[in-house]
Amino acid sequence: MIVGQQHSALGRTPYYVLTGGLAIIFLFPLVWSFYASISPQANTAQSSGFGFGNYQTMFDFGAGLPVVATNSAVISILTVAITLIISTLGGYAFARFRFWGKDALFLLTLSILMVPYATLLIPLYVMLNALGLSNSLVGVALMISMFQLPFATYMMRISFEAIPRELEESAQIDGCNSFSTLWRIMLPSVVPGLVTVGLFAFLAAWNDFFAPLILLTDPLKQPLPVTVANMRQQTMGVINYGATEAGVVIMALPCVILFLLLQRYYVRGFMTGAIKG
Amino acid sequence: MTSISEATTAERPARRFSQGLRRQLVGFAYTIPTLIFIVIFFLTPLVLVAKMSLSKYGLLTGDEGFNFPKNYVSIWRNQLFWPSVWFTVQYTVLVTVMLLGLGLGLALLVQTVTRWSAVLRTVFLLPVSLGLAAASLLAYGFYSPAIGPISPPLEALGLIDNPIAFLGTSLAALLSTTFLVVWKFAGFYMLVLTVGLQGISDDLYEAASLDGATPWQNFVHITLPLLRPTLALATILCVTGSLLAFDQFFILTKGAPDNSTVTAVQVIYREAFQRQNLGTAAALSILVLIVLVLINLLQFRFLRGTDRD
Repeated sequence: MIVGQQHSALGRTPYYVLTGGLAIIFLFPLVWSFYASISPQANTAQSSGFGFGNYQTMFDFGAGLPVVATNSAVISILTVAITLIISTLGGYAFARFRFWGKDALFLLTLSILMVPYATLLIPLYVMLNALGLSNSLVGVALMISMFQLPFATYMMRISFEAIPRELEESAQIDGCNSFSTLWRIMLPSVVPGLVTVGLFAFLAAWNDFFAPLILLTDPLKQPLPVTVANMRQQTMGVINYGATEAGVVIMALPCVILFLLLQRYYVRGFMTGAIKG
Repeated sequence: MTSISEATTAERPARRFSQGLRRQLVGFAYTIPTLIFIVIFFLTPLVLVAKMSLSKYGLLTGDEGFNFPKNYVSIWRNQLFWPSVWFTVQYTVLVTVMLLGLGLGLALLVQTVTRWSAVLRTVFLLPVSLGLAAASLLAYGFYSPAIGPISPPLEALGLIDNPIAFLGTSLAALLSTTFLVVWKFAGFYMLVLTVGLQGISDDLYEAASLDGATPWQNFVHITLPLLRPTLALATILCVTGSLLAFDQFFILTKGAPDNSTVTAVQVIYREAFQRQNLGTAAALSILVLIVLVLINLLQFRFLRGTDRD
């Protein structure tokens, strides 16, 4: 539905006022958090004048930003890789093959969505301890990947289904087996789907709070969200709001940048869903 | 969905049959990683949590033997449990109504193919890229009397005498957290509903406008009914997400004031890692799982049922 297209330029003024106002409301907290992180505040490293003192506090806290950011990066990269590999293979099978148990397996994958995080984290905490994977970044990445599977598998399935069959058939006539068809012919056509799945897996892993909170007790293994949440009460119960907002900015920056860079891909990835229903 | 193998099976039965079987096996092989993952990280923990819920199971002591139905009975005596259920339901209704309403509103506002609406779409999507924990930490400062940006200008204008206590009362904390969540997720629901809106053919609106329909009539008689499947999906996602709320309250309110903002998942967390009783935490998890599955089945049924009229 096209809203307001038939109106004249004058008649569109309320539209611009409304949408402009909404845009300001949506941007304001983001801009404010950056402002709060560099503005002077008593009892912080940035007590007078504007500057990056709070970032220094953040940098030195706990295991130190290099370690913490590396932990976050390792969890995120592993999650993206695991999610992409499993959902690409699975999505291809669900879209293009018929085999016994296919519908049941697909439904089972989607049903992960219905299970609370906490329900699985408690037994997984016990299981990972038993497997010697406690305090392991790999364990956390595997866990987060599992929760990505419903969305990722669904997205890859509809992406593969949207490819015309002729493309695949001509590849097979040329003697490609199913894997080289997938690798050389199909993958380039599902790039928007891959980017969407990869981006959402990255955002989920980079930002996940609950899984590391429970599965990682070693301070040297903590990723950013848990560290920044812990940092709030460092000096005798006085909350360091400035350093907290600096932590928010550091956490948000890679996400915002990736989100803006990849926007055209994931909007297209979502639109594939529109065509297939 | 007819696959190649199926379409050609009839031609030369014997050879085609073995090829069909081969293709089945190949298809199945591609799902083996999914299958392994689901068995190890989904089905095994589910069985394990069910088993744990039947035993006395300490965080440090491990399994101390079968004690059914003690863990389940103790849920009823848990003083946090019923208030947390009521609080979670209030939060879920509030968030779902506001998110779907605002998401649909934003989707309608960015429908036009102009540069301005592309800018708007990006702006509304930006908070989606933040994690819930990051957004909650942002709000922790935003709502604080120490550095929050809302109160100082109001105080300067003489409208208020003291900084607003955004998290001071149970209701204020609920509304402030809802505002945070709506701000963070509105763009996502806008995107989902935009996809739904684009699936509605323009011809319908053209035909309606020839008949002299007003924009409001278009919205009620064309947009809403045809958007129902997308709205159904959005509702299910939103209700499930809200019922399982944890990060935002864990970071923002920690249950304060007076344990009045404790959600169901927070009760599970406290039971497991503060009271160190994995058995009762497992029983709570199973209960939450059953309720969630029932609610989702009801929603599916309701939305399917109304789909046909």
